[in-house]
Amino acid sequence: MTAPVATGAAGFLARYEGLKDHLPGARKPWLNALRADAAVHFAARGFPTRRIEQWKYTDLAPVAQASFAEPLTMVEGAIALPVANAAHRAVFVDGRFRSDLSTLDGLAYRVGSLAQDLNAAEPFLGALAKPGSEPLVALNTMLFEDGILIDLPEGVDGGLLELVSIAVDPGRPFAFHPRHLVRLGAGARLTVIETATGRGQCLHNPVFEIEVAEGATFTHGRMLQEEATVFHLSTIYATIAAGGTYDNFTVAAGPRLTRNEIHAALTGPKAACHMNGAQMAADGQHVDTTTALDHAAPDCASRQTYKTVLAGRSRGVFQGKIFVHQVAQKTDGYQMNQALLLSEDAEIDSKPQLEIYADDVKCSHGATVGALDADSLFYLRSRGIPESQAKAMLVEAFLHEAVETVTDETLRAALTRALDNWWSRQGKAA
Amino acid sequence: MPAVNETIETVQSVAESGYKWGFETDIEMEFAPKGLNEDIVRFISAKKNEPEWLLEWRLRAFAAWKTMEEPRWAAVKYPPIDYQDSYYYAAPKEKVGPKSLDEVDPELLKTYAKLGIPLREQEILAGVEGAGSVPAEGRMPVAVDAVFDSVSVATSYKERLGKEGIIFCSISEAVQTHPELVRKYLGTVVPQGDNFFAALNSAVFTDGSFVYIPKGVRCPMELSTYFRINAKSTGQFERTLIVADEGSYVSYLEGCTAPMRDENQLHAAVVELVAMDDATIKYSTVQNWYPGDAEGKGGIYNFVTKRGACRGARSKISWTQVETGSAITWKYPSCILQGEDSVGEFYSVAITNNYQQADTGTKMFHIGPRTRSTIVSKGISAGHGQNTYRGLVRIGAKATGARNFTQCDSLLIGDLCGAHTVPYIENRCVTAKVEHEATTSRIAEDQLFYCRQRGLTQEEAVGLIVNGFCREVLKELPMEFAVEAQKLLQISLEGSVG
Repeated sequence: MTAPVATGAAGFLARYEGLKDHLPGARKPWLNALRADAAVHFAARGFPTRRIEQWKYTDLAPVAQASFAEPLTMVEGAIALPVANAAHRAVFVDGRFRSDLSTLDGLAYRVGSLAQDLNAAEPFLGALAKPGSEPLVALNTMLFEDGILIDLPEGVDGGLLELVSIAVDPGRPFAFHPRHLVRLGAGARLTVIETATGRGQCLHNPVFEIEVAEGATFTHGRMLQEEATVFHLSTIYATIAAGGTYDNFTVAAGPRLTRNEIHAALTGPKAACHMNGAQMAADGQHVDTTTALDHAAPDCASRQTYKTVLAGRSRGVFQGKIFVHQVAQKTDGYQMNQALLLSEDAEIDSKPQLEIYADDVKCSHGATVGALDADSLFYLRSRGIPESQAKAMLVEAFLHEAVETVTDETLRAALTRALDNWWSRQGKAA
Repeated sequence: MPAVNETIETVQSVAESGYKWGFETDIEMEFAPKGLNEDIVRFISAKKNEPEWLLEWRLRAFAAWKTMEEPRWAAVKYPPIDYQDSYYYAAPKEKVGPKSLDEVDPELLKTYAKLGIPLREQEILAGVEGAGSVPAEGRMPVAVDAVFDSVSVATSYKERLGKEGIIFCSISEAVQTHPELVRKYLGTVVPQGDNFFAALNSAVFTDGSFVYIPKGVRCPMELSTYFRINAKSTGQFERTLIVADEGSYVSYLEGCTAPMRDENQLHAAVVELVAMDDATIKYSTVQNWYPGDAEGKGGIYNFVTKRGACRGARSKISWTQVETGSAITWKYPSCILQGEDSVGEFYSVAITNNYQQADTGTKMFHIGPRTRSTIVSKGISAGHGQNTYRGLVRIGAKATGARNFTQCDSLLIGDLCGAHTVPYIENRCVTAKVEHEATTSRIAEDQLFYCRQRGLTQEEAVGLIVNGFCREVLKELPMEFAVEAQKLLQISLEGSVG
């Protein structure tokens, strides 16, 4: 190859061609076929452009035009780990599992590196996040090297588990595409607290496939806190069977560009899904939350509350769709997204969407956009609170409201800390 | 109570026929050859004796149209349209002179009688001098411009309006009598190349209404246009232009019908509104084009571009629409809020029954400071109907203190229909405030039970509840229209319950 390093989609395709015999599972025909299929899809579609409806407000050109190398084979030296929230945690560095940094002993279920347990993953990998679904899923499928594999047997309470992703700056742009599989058997329970940190010019492109069986409950808290040089594009596919629950709460605050895309399907009666979150952006940052909730069975409930706070020259996007199939009678769907603008240079784009084919349903969505309420500010100031402090109180209150729905106390504390961290940094900057 | 009785009577009267405007009028028509090419555009222009600039304007639109693709993003499904298999010009053969009723084909007048258009103004047109200045029965008169297939056949009350300096005539007439005004405003709100259907309309529009309200004039009566597609295999492409100069006010009503046919007919209209400083335009539509039969055969494709520009400070444009007809509706009456403190409003009721599909909504562009907009949309789906609200609220960086409130409610009747909401909110102004809410539900059993218990039939109960659901929109309509709209709601839902 004498040509200069190819950028964007071509660069990743070239990487795949070069690496395909060395990627994990290269000797497994089923995985080779899956990756090859993904490569075909990715070659055909490339990175999504703003002409694609779901990408109308988020421009991936900075990603598509950049050239990313692969991560270093092994990161040397000490790695600073974030403060632990739980006794058990799985740590990934540049997308690769690090058993030396992880503490997973004594757990009553299968949890560990996907790359080291591909046989167990075979029936599920690519079942929910199909290579042809989204270009970013195709890219991930084509190039993933590792990820977490969690398999909870029927009735097991998995307690609390932490998932940590750290990106280490090798001094040049690089990309990694972890693939995470989470399966909960009937009646199982698990709470995962996920933290993504990292620095340097990097693209973190994780894909989750989450299967919640009958009556199981999966609580998934995410804190996307990489530095403002990182592109974080994550895609989640979740399916929830009868009586099961998937709770997702995401705090996105940090990366240069964050896309938090969640597809959840309620496939059995009385299944529930709660998707909540807070996304914040400051100068030069872009945050995007895109959700798609598929009500495919009767008597299901879904709740979504998203908060966006924008400072400096930043942009926030919320796109949320609730799709109700004809069979999904007695659906109860609710969605609220609220945005707070703190700067004259901020822009918010919001697209809540309902598509309903069943008649006995109760679905609603609401959206509000605005600055801090002048009356509330006045109220506080008239009681002797200085303006900056009054503003801080109102912003905090706005953000904390989103966390109120989280019942797990450890998770709520971690999320609240993440929100406060961001806000205190803003306060210092202002 | 009379309104209720009337409603019930109307429902009974349409029990068999379903669509009472489904008659066809047998009059001699003049057609241009089928198909669409530059020659047809030239033919239409020549037929209307248009000045050179307008022909050039049309040809530019046609050139643009040829390069464009039919939009496919709307949530509507229909087989490909063969644009070469339609007549682009059809006119009643009789030489019609709007000044004399004698010259109007009696068959045509019968048509309007059947439509129930308040063509009492026929008297005036027939030459009963002075009748125009005294409104009959003490009611506010309504001035009517009637458009039959492609051309305007009669405009009433012209003289009375003329005294106020108001111009109300067909657009073809305006091209002849007020070319400077038409040229100044035509295409300034909806440019020729705006979208596929607007470009098509710009190339082949055959008639429509033109209204100019001079400075400081409050139009003394409602202005109204009735559109009717009559001839087979014709498309209707009317173009309406309303200009309200500084400090003026006008309320404009639009109604539409078409005969029952198995084939689909295309209606691609363009409406442009311009409001200057302190001017107000109120535009109300009751759209009752033939919706097709219960199996979804036939019906009108209603692909319409409507847009108003609030150019002046404190100007206001208010759209109210009741969409009950058409097989497919693709329509987004919009407001460009340029002037400071200008106001845009959109009130809509859209009903889809049987196999009807509607994708309708609005766009509010907030450009000037302190601009305000209100959107109230009520969608009702029954049978296999699919109803989509699609709207955009965009607040520019300079629209300080802008305000929007949007409410979209959907009602589902039956489990085979669909209701969808696709709002876009784009805000780049920190001091703007935008609120949006949407709900979807069906008629509650307890509401129905309450009505049934008091002796109403199932159908009457549904009618009552639906009218209540739409009340916020219906109250925006002028009186006569509100009554008609209530009846239409009832008729449109025929056969969807029980």
